[in-house]
Amino acid sequence: MTYLTKTAAIMALLATVACTDTTGGLFGGNGSDINGAGIGSIDEASLEYFQASIGSTVLFEVDQSSLSADTIATLNAQAVWLNTNSTVSILIEGHADEQGTREYNIALGSKRASSVRDYLVSQGVADSRISIVSYGKERPVAVCSNISCWSQNRRAVTIVNGGMGV
Amino acid sequence: MAVLHRITGTALGLMLAIIAFAAPVNAQQPTLKIDVTGGVVEPVPFAIPVFIAENPASAAIANNITRVIAEDLLSTGLFREIPKAAHISGVSNFNAPVQFADWRAINSQALIVGAVSSTNGRLTVKFRLWDVFAQAPMGDGVQLSGSPENWRRISHKVADAVYARLTGETGYFDSKIVFVSETGPKNDRRKRLAIMDHDGAGLAYLTSDEHLVLAPRFSPNNRDILYTSYESGVPRVYMMNVDTLQLRVFENLPGMGFAPRFSPDGGKIVLSISERGNTDIYTVDLSSGQRTRLTSGPSIDTAPSFSPDGQQIVFESDRGGSQQLYVMSANGGDAKRISFGNGRYATPVWSPRGDLIAFTKIVGGRFHIGVMRVDGTQERLLTASFIDEAPTWSPNGRVLLFFRVSSGANGAPQIYSVDITGRNMHMVPTPSFASDPAWSGLLK
Repeated sequence: MTYLTKTAAIMALLATVACTDTTGGLFGGNGSDINGAGIGSIDEASLEYFQASIGSTVLFEVDQSSLSADTIATLNAQAVWLNTNSTVSILIEGHADEQGTREYNIALGSKRASSVRDYLVSQGVADSRISIVSYGKERPVAVCSNISCWSQNRRAVTIVNGGMGV
Repeated sequence: MAVLHRITGTALGLMLAIIAFAAPVNAQQPTLKIDVTGGVVEPVPFAIPVFIAENPASAAIANNITRVIAEDLLSTGLFREIPKAAHISGVSNFNAPVQFADWRAINSQALIVGAVSSTNGRLTVKFRLWDVFAQAPMGDGVQLSGSPENWRRISHKVADAVYARLTGETGYFDSKIVFVSETGPKNDRRKRLAIMDHDGAGLAYLTSDEHLVLAPRFSPNNRDILYTSYESGVPRVYMMNVDTLQLRVFENLPGMGFAPRFSPDGGKIVLSISERGNTDIYTVDLSSGQRTRLTSGPSIDTAPSFSPDGQQIVFESDRGGSQQLYVMSANGGDAKRISFGNGRYATPVWSPRGDLIAFTKIVGGRFHIGVMRVDGTQERLLTASFIDEAPTWSPNGRVLLFFRVSSGANGAPQIYSVDITGRNMHMVPTPSFASDPAWSGLLK
């Protein structure tokens, strides 16, 4: 698939999903294989732009759900994009590293996702556009058992409705 | 040989009759008694000659039954089998006098003699347990019968009876384990619910691996399980009938639901609900569907477990700044902190005996399974590893199952067993990775 047709397909998907009930079909995760490598100019309304230039993932300290300065910068940019592209809805996934018990980590992931949601709402994004889910320690992106991986797994991921993010 | 009484009726839709018959008259009093609470270090030697096949059709099943009984007893770590090759006496007649000198000569302290017959689709097993050194029967002889496909359960019931007579404790072999079976790499783990006998036999899958599932828990009558599934996209609590696989969904609960358990009377469930980032504990009445909130406030309150009398709930909370264990009334209200050691405490589970609480402890970057009295005193850590998590009690409150996760990129969970003395730790074999075990009660 060429870049143009891929973008067209994604935009069509985005338009379709944005019109549907947000209670269904949000959770496919990796449905679109988006890889913007080598692309010179990206449509600023595209999912590629959101993921590559803004960043869908923010990280947290051990056992914390508070937002760092870096996180707030990322979330400010997410909020601007979301306020510009005001028809899309988002799912925020909260995650934890493997160094806690299962139930606690689900609760912690929920706090992290909720922190991100509350901040985006404070920046003008309508609460009704945002769903949250916690995966606790069930969905690590980095698999080693030391701080280099754990720090990547303590995260919240903003997934624009239509299947992006990791 | 007088028939005394019939002990049980139906079990999981299958007839399983148990009849006790009296010990021989003029018998001595047995003296053999094993203390499971800490005194035993040296396993007690026993002999179990292959049960007598009373008709040719029952020879193969008699071998299998004898093997399963021995394996059950050996799995406790409390017993050691005298190899059959060392036996001096054979046993060819169930009612023949026992040649005690022959069993004493090979230091067999306990002797299990049994016979099996299989006629007209009915399997009958009888056994007697002897204290060799006292030359005395331990309890009445017992006869069990059921359909032949039930031979494993009959074997487990024999082993439970032997265990009970030798230790004074209720057995736990005729029981089930429900758990989460896991496959695939660490960053794309597939999970499904599975159920098996306590020894790993008869494994069956209860769900597909399409949706993430977590932490199944048995109902008090062992017929239903509660678990958490991401089928709807967010974690929600489901109740499944283990026989029919019929599901009940708690649809009108808000937010995300997880960490469910039944009340001891089976009338309620207790669970955590996370709503707008805040996790609290609720009960739901299974008849009326009425929801009651037990905790409030911004802390994480989760992993609730009822006391066996249903009056109290132990749970974990970070309300004091770190994960600790608390006990509150089953109606909510004030909670009393019971854990005060270093580190974080999680996943408390009240013993079915009511005397202890098992928990996960995280301290110094290591995970432990431990037990403490219900007031938090006499804490003892039983295990230590990279991750040891989520204990579940044997029906008699003497053994814990938990899961242990290895570290690193290929890290994965397996189920382990440990006595509350800290001894006899061993992996429970499963066909793939396995986590979140829950032990049923003793089957009826």
